[in-house]
Formats: sequence, C-alpha cells, structure tokens
Amino acid sequence: MLLKSILLALQSIKRNVMRSFLTMLGIVIGVAAVITMVTLGNGATKAISNQIASLGSNLLMVMPRMEFRPGSSSTAQPFENRDVEAIREQIGSLKAVAPMVESSATVVYGANNWSTSATGTTNDYFTASNWTFAAGRPFSEAEIQSGKAVCVIGETIRKELFAGKDPIGASLRVKGFGAEVIGLLKSKGQGGMGRDQDDMIVMPLRTVQRRIAGNQKINMMMLSVKDGVLSDDVVNQIKLLLRERRHVGAGEEDDFEVMDTKEIAQTLSGTTKTLTGLLGAVAAVSLLVGGIGIMNIMLVSVTERTREIGIRLAVGALENEVLLQFMVEAITLACVGGLVGIAMATGTAMILAHAMAVPYVFNPGINILSFFFSAAIGILFGYMPARRAAKLNPIVALRHE
Amino acid sequence: MANNGTPLIELAGLTKSYGEGAAQIMALNGVDLRVEEGDFVAIMGPSGSGKSTVMNILGCLDTPTGGAYLFRGVHVERLTSRQRTLLRRYFLGFVFQGFNLLARTSAIENVELPLLYRGVPKAERHQAASAALAQVGLTGWEKHTPAELSGGQQQRVAIARALVTDPQILLADEPTGNLDSRRGREIMDLLVSLNKDRGLTILMVTHDHDMAGYAHRVIRFVDGVVERDDANGRAL
Repeated sequence: MLLKSILLALQSIKRNVMRSFLTMLGIVIGVAAVITMVTLGNGATKAISNQIASLGSNLLMVMPRMEFRPGSSSTAQPFENRDVEAIREQIGSLKAVAPMVESSATVVYGANNWSTSATGTTNDYFTASNWTFAAGRPFSEAEIQSGKAVCVIGETIRKELFAGKDPIGASLRVKGFGAEVIGLLKSKGQGGMGRDQDDMIVMPLRTVQRRIAGNQKINMMMLSVKDGVLSDDVVNQIKLLLRERRHVGAGEEDDFEVMDTKEIAQTLSGTTKTLTGLLGAVAAVSLLVGGIGIMNIMLVSVTERTREIGIRLAVGALENEVLLQFMVEAITLACVGGLVGIAMATGTAMILAHAMAVPYVFNPGINILSFFFSAAIGILFGYMPARRAAKLNPIVALRHE
Repeated sequence: MANNGTPLIELAGLTKSYGEGAAQIMALNGVDLRVEEGDFVAIMGPSGSGKSTVMNILGCLDTPTGGAYLFRGVHVERLTSRQRTLLRRYFLGFVFQGFNLLARTSAIENVELPLLYRGVPKAERHQAASAALAQVGLTGWEKHTPAELSGGQQQRVAIARALVTDPQILLADEPTGNLDSRRGREIMDLLVSLNKDRGLTILMVTHDHDMAGYAHRVIRFVDGVVERDDANGRAL
C-alpha cells in the first residue's frame, strides 16, 4: 500500500509540475532565507570575537579622561613615567604594564614613503596585545633605557615600503631621523571598526617621547591582567592608586578612564547577538511567508484536488490510500524543497560571507530547525485539505466546484 | 457468475432524504427494483425525480436513508464505508456525465487507475488498459491527455476505465449528456455491443428517448418512485 501511494504521489508531482514547483519554491525561499541570515549573523559574531581575541585577553586600557563640550574638547593631564612605575610596583596580578605614546609619522625608505602611526612603548606592549614576531627581535633593555632609534614594523609597512626585500637591518627615515628595523610583527589583519592593525611602527618609549613628541608625557597605558584574576578588582585598585597620585578629591569624578576589553567584548558580542536575533526574526517572517505561499497553492488547488479525490474514491481507492498518497506527496515536496533551500543557503551564505569578509560558520541547529518547520507547514497544508476531501461521500467530492 | 435465482441487484423500499425537519426533501420515496444479470436498463424521468440519486446509491457513491439494497443478495446498506469501497473496486464500473478523468494524465494511465488500486502488477495493468482502450476504439490515443481528446473520446476513455476491471455491472449516469447526438449514438452502439457480446449488465440514466431506445427495458422515475417499468423490444 505504501509503495502504491509513493508511486501515485510521484506521478501526481510529475503531472502537476507547475503546482509542485510553486509549492517547493515557497519552502526553498523560506528555508534559504532563514539559514543564510542566521549563518551570516553567526559569521559576524565570530568575526567580532576573533577581533576581540586578537586585541589580547584580560586587557585594561588606562587613559586620561576626555571631555567634550560644545565647541571645544579638553583632555585631562596625561600620565608620567612615575605613574607607570607606581602601577608596576604597587598593583600585583598584572602580567604586563605598557606605557604608550602614539604619534602620526611619515616613514621613508628609499623612494617610498608611507604615512602611519608610531607607537612608543616597552616590550610589555607585545605581550599585552598578543603580538608575535614574524622576524627579528623585540627591543633590548639598553635600547629602551637609552631611547635608541630602532623600530619594529607591522606587516603593512613591510608591504608598502619593502615590497619583497628583507626589512630587518634596513634603516628607515622617521620624521627626519634614521631608525634601524629590528623586528617584523606577524599580521593580525583588520581590527574592530575596520582599522588596519598592521599599519604602524613600534619604537622604544623614550625614542618617540624625545624625537617625535618632544615631551615626557604618556598618553595611555595598556595593562594585561594575569589569567584567573578578576579584572574588576584590579580595575578598582588602579582607580584608587591613580586618584591618589593625580590628587582627585573625594566626591570628584575620576579624571582618567580604565577600560576593560572584557566589557568591550561583552558589549560587542551582545550587540551581534541582538543583530543575529533580528536577522533571524526577519528570516522567520520570510519562512512564514513561504509557508503562507504553500498554503495558498494548496488551497487554490483544493477544488481540483477534491474532484481528483472523488475520482480516485469512485474507482475504488480507500480513504487511507488517498490520504497516504497526499501525505507522501506533501512530504516529498517539503523535503526536496527543504534540501534545495539548505543547498542554496549554504552557497549564498558562503559567497556573502566571503564578500562581507566574515567567516562562514555552519550552524546545524538552524538548518535542522528551518527544515523541519517548513516540512511541517508543507505537510500540514498539503494534508489537511486532502483529509477533509477524503472524508466526503465520493459523489459530493466529484461535484465539488 | 451463475444466476441461481438471486437477482444481481434488488432494491426494496429504498428511501433517501436530504436535510432535516421541515426542510427535509425526499429524493427517493420507496423504490422497488430488480435487475437481472445481462440486462440493459435505461432509467428515465424528469429532473429531481431521483434517477441520479438511485444511480449513486447503486454505485456505492452515496448511502440510502432507509430500505434495502441487495447486491447478489448482500445487504449493501449494512456495509461499512471500507466494504462499500471494496465493492466498488471489485464489482462495479461507473461512467459519469462529466467523464471525470484525471487532468494532465494520459488516457492509458486513467484507465490503469482502478487496476492500480487493485494492486495489479505494472505489465499486466498496461496490457489490460491497452485492451480496454482497443475495445472502445481508442487504439493509438493511449498517450493523449483528456485535454487533447474530444468529448466523445473522453467518454470512451471513461468507459474503458469502467470496463478494465471486468465489472459485474456498468452504471452510467447520463453518459451521452455532454455529447452531440452523433457521438452519443456512437457511445450507445458501444454500450449495446458490450451488453450483447460480453453479457455486461448495464444500468443507464438518460433524459433522451432516443438513447433509452437502445435499452431492453425502460424504467420511469417520478417524484422518487418508480412510475412505470416496461420491456422495450423484449417481453417482460
């Protein structure tokens, strides 16, 4: 009986190509839309969490407070070398403490020049922000102490200035003085907000302070908290210490800020989760619309199908045989439609993920969920009208207009 | 198949009503009727006289409200829906005024349909369907769908579909109603030859006196009862 019904169902699908195609189209589009959107949403989340990971884990950024008022903005007084020393000595549970001075600089090598940013810091900077060396070495203690004109360059600088040549040992002109390239950093690629993280050179703190900035100020500190330590506690200790050192009176607001990358990470991944949810909701609507499309086609064809059922009953088909045929028909259309939808979604998501530069993340849950949802709609609306028709007296079904 | 005294069909006090209470309409008001094997009966009567209703009940497409319907001595009115379907599947052939063929389905596949539900294997099914189509003069038209066939040809396909199961009785509800008189006469000639050559019992509803003239016996229905039952070209 099952074999008979499968045969009849396949015959019916083949004979009504247009109707079968339209029914499947609804499922295909619904499934493909949901899976594509959720997959891209997952990809975006993954991309952001990758970027956060590349920032370095358990990272604290300390910087003077910036005030924005209409027409003017002011920055509180920067840090001094003594502040860095105090934090290093008095706050335990820190893996690295890197003072930072950032300045824009034009670098020249041979006939090539490139506008980039020069960061003055210590070797702690490489530890704190997870940089690894592709070639060369970090600064020596002597180079840091004396503020020697040496630099470590990012991958973008190598590409723009050295094109094919080995940069190690070469002399780069930075703002009118020559600096020897001692190291090359391994590429990190694009960071958050589309910034190229590899577009920079790193020099000893003193070198930048003396030769580029012309003062002793420190704009920022990057601190790396030891694993397994609650960064909230460390943040509080740092705040207490800095308030005291910077003479912030009780009741006054901090004139500096301590940012925890974990918080940034949480905020960002929260945002992308909301975004994925939103995309999913939009997609769910399209799945629903697909479902309504299926329902429409099924209902439009119900007159013809009711008569067909009448004919089948009249020539001796049992109610169950007719129902089983319709069931098999609906399941076949829904499943084929669902599989085509999944295939289309996989292709589309891969192409779009590539175009949007986010990783392709296969999410089995959404594939299964949307497949079964659309299958359920297809089966429900394919089967229900048939069930009603098959319960009729054959003569009533035959006369159905 | 042997006729051992039991008529093929016997109706006793058959009634059929639609609706309830004051709105109740009696379509059949106590019909008594016997049909012997090998007979060719035409049922006539004005619209609403109950002739189609009695046909549908005989064909197990509808159920009576009261009275008895015996098919070879079996009380059909006591059968379950499933048993009535099986009766339809194995013993009855039905031809409708509106042909009722499956759309977009070739003539041969339409004819094969009842065999499919009987579980006849493919090769045998195909052979039987070809033979049935040949019998109604449609050799060469097997692959055509109803839309590609004339009304007369469609009715022939429908007759072939009814014949392919080798039924005990052919029930035809205004088989010529949708055809012009020439096509109608061709269909009637076909029915006559089936009755004469194969001994097929035929019960036919018609409006048309000319068509009724082909039958051995004409029964006239008025207001849901048999008004007249005479032999036509044959002694009662």
